[in-house]
Amino acid sequence: MRFLLVEDTPELARSVRDLLVLDGHGVDHAASLAEAEDCLAAAGYDLILLDIGLPDGDGRAFLARQRRQGRDVPVIMMTARSAVADRVDALDGGADDYVTKPFEMSELEARIRAVLRRRGGAAQTLRHFAGVAFDPLAATVTVAGETRALRSRELRLFEILLAAPGRIHSKEHLCDRLFSYAESVTDNAIEVYVGRLRRKLAGSAARIETVRGLGYRLTAA
Amino acid sequence: MALARAPSLRRRLILQLLAGAAVMALVLYFAVRTAADRATEASQDAILTAAAASVADGLRGTEDGVEIDLNRATFSMVAAAGQDRLFWRVEVAGQTLTGYDDLPLPAALPGGAEPVVYNALYRDADLRLAAVARSVLDRDRLQPALIVLGQTRFGQEAIAGRLANGAALAGLAFFALAVPMALVFTNSVLAPVRRLAEAVSRRGPADLRGVDHPTPQELAPFRDALNSFIGRLRTTLSQTETFIAEAAHHIRTPLSTVRTEAEIALRRAESEETRARLRSVIRAVDESARSAGQLLDHAMVAYRSNRMDVADIDLGVVLDGLARSFAPTAELRDIALTVDPGPGGVRVRGDRVLVESALRNLIDNALKYSAPEGSVHLSLANGDGRARVAVRDTGRGLAGADAATLAARFRRGPNAGDVVGSGLGLTIVAEVARAMGGDFALEPVSGGGTLATLSLPSC
Repeated sequence: MRFLLVEDTPELARSVRDLLVLDGHGVDHAASLAEAEDCLAAAGYDLILLDIGLPDGDGRAFLARQRRQGRDVPVIMMTARSAVADRVDALDGGADDYVTKPFEMSELEARIRAVLRRRGGAAQTLRHFAGVAFDPLAATVTVAGETRALRSRELRLFEILLAAPGRIHSKEHLCDRLFSYAESVTDNAIEVYVGRLRRKLAGSAARIETVRGLGYRLTAA
Repeated sequence: MALARAPSLRRRLILQLLAGAAVMALVLYFAVRTAADRATEASQDAILTAAAASVADGLRGTEDGVEIDLNRATFSMVAAAGQDRLFWRVEVAGQTLTGYDDLPLPAALPGGAEPVVYNALYRDADLRLAAVARSVLDRDRLQPALIVLGQTRFGQEAIAGRLANGAALAGLAFFALAVPMALVFTNSVLAPVRRLAEAVSRRGPADLRGVDHPTPQELAPFRDALNSFIGRLRTTLSQTETFIAEAAHHIRTPLSTVRTEAEIALRRAESEETRARLRSVIRAVDESARSAGQLLDHAMVAYRSNRMDVADIDLGVVLDGLARSFAPTAELRDIALTVDPGPGGVRVRGDRVLVESALRNLIDNALKYSAPEGSVHLSLANGDGRARVAVRDTGRGLAGADAATLAARFRRGPNAGDVVGSGLGLTIVAEVARAMGGDFALEPVSGGGTLATLSLPSC
């Protein structure tokens, strides 16, 4: 997916962009509202991540202007200020959702998914692998004409594996991606989700192989 | 107003007016009394000197010596003054011719035809005396004669007493008239102060306009000082709100950079030791971000409790919005977040930011302390003039702690474990409940989990 990140703190902008790129997204960065205007004129985006306080104005005013001009791009506001007061303002101002800084990347992705799902989704998000049609927005896999719902952790696990088929992911890596750092989980917890995902993929050529002592990898048999 | 112990301007003004009136009444009394004494004395003196002169006229020198013809009419004129007694002494050449020879003589003998009047004590009575000097021919020689006429003063004192009573009555009447006038004056003088105080105290807590009530010139410095104070307060309050927002921004922005950078590093790190360290960095960032956020939210709640942006709030709509906002968070941990918005149209009057703060904290707690794949149910009910929002979770429960304990600042439950928290969430909930005249309860749910209820007066 292609994102426009409007954020004036350079370090934060760079690291958020890097993280989104790591997850396989395309990200353009605008450090001001003027730059954001230019980007929007030149390209189409699936979603805008918009900071509230920018050097040349208020992100909420910018959003209101976009909406008045009929630009209907989904917007998630990023706020570092008092969560509640800004939430009220942001949502009343036409934002689809908001995240409070600092945010967990998995939370941002979950919010992006929720917003795009509410907006009716983008068809190009459908991905195919070894006889599996994967719709991350609808959180479903379709195998041999049968659609199966994925729970959030199954979906994220499949997304991670699918981003690099054939590559071995260690249990620790997967744990860090699937669980909040606030939760204490044993490495074995991941086996539960791998087991469930295997059942959802049953009947297709997609296999999640256990590489003893190293982790898991997704292959097409 | 709460100035009960300060000296009352009104009382001081009344007391001073009354003290002035009392002094004036006393002065009036003594002035009238002195004038009355003088007048009665002067009239007695006139009668005495006239009588003495008339007696003197009766002195005649003959070949045999000096004779006196005491005119009865003279004595009856003097005696007309009442029950007073009359004494006389006629002396010629130092010899008492007639009368009381021990009647006191004046200190200085009258010279010429001018009479002398004086006081003296005689036979236990206070006398007023008049002395007249004459020359009389006694056997071809001119001899000095002194005629002294004395009278007791009972009559004069009776008249003076009557006049003094009159003067006292006049003084009392003056004072009695001064009391209501002092009250009326005081009220009229202090009326602008009272009106100004009423104009200020009628205001709502959030009304920080300047006072433009018409005030007398003397109160203008007070009004100006009040307005300048209101102005400073307004600035301080708006700075407080901005400050809270700015402080949050300045703390959270660098924290987000640290967190995101650490997350990238964690994805790339291979060594388990590095990964463990990065996880603890992220955890620490989450804790400080959360504490900072909750501290600032707590400050915001405390600040807004005193000056609420009061509006009609549809709790069903708010709850729906919050459920939607928390859905991705719940989804991340496969927790089923469900809402029963109730009958609809359940409204409360209050500050939306306060209500949302409280509900966010309740929902956040429910999600945080629930195990993955648990469920959190939000419901809304209305009855007995109360709107009740219930948040039920399937989490780890209360471990015996009650709402009052957990609502204490920085207090966390004994079973909080390693869940990130600041110990301020329920403090905020309890403070919002108090500010809006509602209450907040926590109870364990049979079969595990907690039921948190926030009830607010509905409208």
